[in-house]
Amino acid sequence: MSNVDFKTRLQNWLPKLVLSPSLVLVLVFVYGFIAFSVYLSFTDSRLLPSYGLVGWENYSKLWRLSHWKTSLTNMGIFSVLYIGICTCIGLCLAIFLDQKIRAEGVLRTIYLYPMALSFIVTGTAWKWFLDPSIGLENVLQSWGWASFEFDWIKDRDYAIYTVVLAAVWQTSGFVMAMFLAGLRGIDNEILKAAQMDGASNWNLYRRIIIPQLRPAFLSAFVILSHLAIKTFDLVIALTGGGPGRATELPATFMYSYTFSRNQMGIGAASATIMLMTIAAIMIPYLYAELREKN
Amino acid sequence: MADAMQDTAVRTSRTVRILIYLILLLFGLFYLLPLYVMLINSVKPLNEITGGGMMNLPQALTFAPWAKAWSSAQIGVDPTGLSPYFWNSIKVVVPAVVISTILGAINGYVLTKWRFKYDKILFGLMLFACFIPFQIVLIPMARMLGLMGIAGTTSGLALVHIVYGIGFTTLYFRNYYAVFPTELVRAAQIDGAGFFQIFWRILLPSSGPIAVVSIIWQFTNIWNDFLFGASFADATSQPMTVALNNLVQSSHGVKEYNVHFAGAIIAALPTLLVYVVAGRYFVRGLMAGSVKG
Amino acid sequence: MGFLDIDNTTKSYGALEVLHKVDISIEEGEFLVLVGPSGCGKSTLLNMIAGLEEITSGEIRIRGSLMNGVHPSRRNIAMVFQSYALYPNMTVAKNISFGLEMHGVPKAERDKAMADVSSLLQIEQLLGRKPGALSGGQRQRVAMGRALVRNPDVFLFDEPLSNLDAKLRVDMRTEIKKLHQKLGTTIVYVTHDQIEALTLSTRIAVMNGGYVQQLGTPQEIYDNPANLFVATFMGSPAMNVLPATISVQHGKPVACVALPDGTVVPLRLSQENLSAWEGKQILLGIRPETITDEDGADRNSKNVVNFTNRIIVTEPAGSDTFVTMSLGGKDVIARMRSDANVQPGNDFQFAVNMEKAVAFDPATEERIAS
Repeated sequence: MSNVDFKTRLQNWLPKLVLSPSLVLVLVFVYGFIAFSVYLSFTDSRLLPSYGLVGWENYSKLWRLSHWKTSLTNMGIFSVLYIGICTCIGLCLAIFLDQKIRAEGVLRTIYLYPMALSFIVTGTAWKWFLDPSIGLENVLQSWGWASFEFDWIKDRDYAIYTVVLAAVWQTSGFVMAMFLAGLRGIDNEILKAAQMDGASNWNLYRRIIIPQLRPAFLSAFVILSHLAIKTFDLVIALTGGGPGRATELPATFMYSYTFSRNQMGIGAASATIMLMTIAAIMIPYLYAELREKN
Repeated sequence: MADAMQDTAVRTSRTVRILIYLILLLFGLFYLLPLYVMLINSVKPLNEITGGGMMNLPQALTFAPWAKAWSSAQIGVDPTGLSPYFWNSIKVVVPAVVISTILGAINGYVLTKWRFKYDKILFGLMLFACFIPFQIVLIPMARMLGLMGIAGTTSGLALVHIVYGIGFTTLYFRNYYAVFPTELVRAAQIDGAGFFQIFWRILLPSSGPIAVVSIIWQFTNIWNDFLFGASFADATSQPMTVALNNLVQSSHGVKEYNVHFAGAIIAALPTLLVYVVAGRYFVRGLMAGSVKG
Repeated sequence: MGFLDIDNTTKSYGALEVLHKVDISIEEGEFLVLVGPSGCGKSTLLNMIAGLEEITSGEIRIRGSLMNGVHPSRRNIAMVFQSYALYPNMTVAKNISFGLEMHGVPKAERDKAMADVSSLLQIEQLLGRKPGALSGGQRQRVAMGRALVRNPDVFLFDEPLSNLDAKLRVDMRTEIKKLHQKLGTTIVYVTHDQIEALTLSTRIAVMNGGYVQQLGTPQEIYDNPANLFVATFMGSPAMNVLPATISVQHGKPVACVALPDGTVVPLRLSQENLSAWEGKQILLGIRPETITDEDGADRNSKNVVNFTNRIIVTEPAGSDTFVTMSLGGKDVIARMRSDANVQPGNDFQFAVNMEKAVAFDPATEERIAS
């Protein structure tokens, strides 16, 4: 088409031109780097990247490390409890808040504010609050409950649950907000119809309302699971991975193997496994979301 | 929001309502407790804390822990307090928030109003980038910052946050612009406005609500970041969170809990302030979509 | 060559062709309405004229110059959108003058043009307001002002009245017609409302399934629909279509239609050439207003046929009363004067003006030409 003038042609190119810096950044810094890290996981890199390929050796070493197994077990315990409890608390609070509660705005603000804090701040607060020598145990004993003991944060078998507690404290309010938005989006007339049909409150929620919150459940699950896998700062601030290795997670494992123990190959292998796990959850979700909005 | 605030049609009895209020209040206490503990213990002398009265109000009110946390606490090797690190965080946060928001706005505009082949795939690639575990990019990023000569600087850190923030800002602006009437863009095209004029004169003036969302989100995330700060900053460029962690974890000397708490609050103040002041604009902005024209 | 030529134009999305070889040529000052059900391609065609959608093949010319690939702002067209598309952040004055500003027109000239247009449309008192503070009708006027101020070669209207309530819609329709008569501008107007099409246009293109079904004056379209689609789409209530068998009586073709009780009514046809269809079935199209009582029948018609049939439903509509009967196995609607004495369940003597009846080939659904 010969009569397409320069200005029009420029206008046709501008959108692509303007998008390209972001695109280049993302392609290089995200996908290029992912490729590089995955590549490193097949090399003998230790303190610095090295390019001697060693096949699957890092992965087989990784799976023999008790440290890694501990991290994975902890990850399992942590993510199941964290996602489960956050969802329960979030859903209950949202349902309760949806009953024409006075001061709903204030309560909502209180439930949500921990989300604005850094995990380091959260970790610091809970670290001292759970510390038996000055925290809750000490307080309750001084209030006269001499036999009260609460030293989970110092206990190898229980420390991981304190991580769950602090993480739930931080994010359950956010989950509440997601469910509340879902509840407010339900057509009131359906509820009225169900009541006309004689449904009790219990049945109303169980049979009519909660099934309609499916999208909210799904988004909550996706967001919580990806937060769980990425949990790092909270453990650093709350327990430092201890006592011993009792609260190590894959994220802290990767960090210490890569930067303190100079086992970059193994660190990269663990990061690759983390990425794959998140991708397995996120890609189907994003795919479905993007298709839907077509 | 009036519609979103409609009552549920669910009716509950009086006893159930009392129970509900009780539960809601209890949870309120649960969420407030750590903040309360931090606050009151940050204004107590140390002996009141170690003496075992964490929940008690201070007998001798003192702001010395705050002063110490800010300007003289031992962090790393120097007794500088948190103040230099506070400014480090500002130096990272401000450019990173501004640039990532601008890029997100432009990307959202292009992706919604200038459809072309593969726009979905491009957006999908950007979106997935939001959710990757950042461990996967730590090693190459450290190398890249070194190659670019900005390793261990606040500008390097800002760059990192810009790169990994674009996905979210693009997501916000894209969703917002997706419901922005395309007819307005077409009208402006017929009126003779070019690519940038349409963005500048037509879309941007209506983008206030979503810009607030993007800014709050980016500010909170970047301010609260620890992983990148710990990985890529050196002693002179560490952000607030890393410095706070160093302060709290430092093993020498007596543990000055009151200073730690004061430090934690100082580190939390900017985001808390943003949340309290602008939180409702955040929710409103997320809900806002269509522009009536 | 016309003022606006749409020459063999097609539009495809990938392998899917949504507009098939559209060929329309209009003269300066014409008011062309593109009408059809949603998804018929009318808006796509309008957007192609505007330059908002690319032309897959064929050519569009305005005043003889080729528009393919030319930026919308350089086609000297203006468009009024369904949602009005007023810039929400600008005042009415800014909205109207924005296009001139973008085209580099000096401020003084802009102000003059705006003053002219706003007095023409009587929106002077709105100039300082933002679109959010305007009523639907006011927005509509502003949107037209924004188009008028550019003084374009061609005005494009994309369903401009469909967001207004019924009363305002009628008022604005008149207003647009007045404006067209006064200014003599060339207009291409898209609507799905056949009444708008009939009342406004100098010519109508009825579209369906990406094809122009018929292009003609409102009268041609209404009286001589090219096919069954056009016949039933244009006109309200829609044209009655009923199966009939052709026989020849006294050398003249007659359409035989069955009543519910099984008796056959012979309706004498005015089109002599239908004798060729003897013994075959056709689809007979009869407009409701051509079925009346005997008194209401058209006195100028040379071919009014009377028959008796039972009334099923009556629907008084103020000025008229619509009567439903069963004819040829179909519900058939007749339009009576409001004072006609009709009762459901009664037998009634109807008169049908067969001069206006049309016949369609049941296989092709095309009209059988007379």
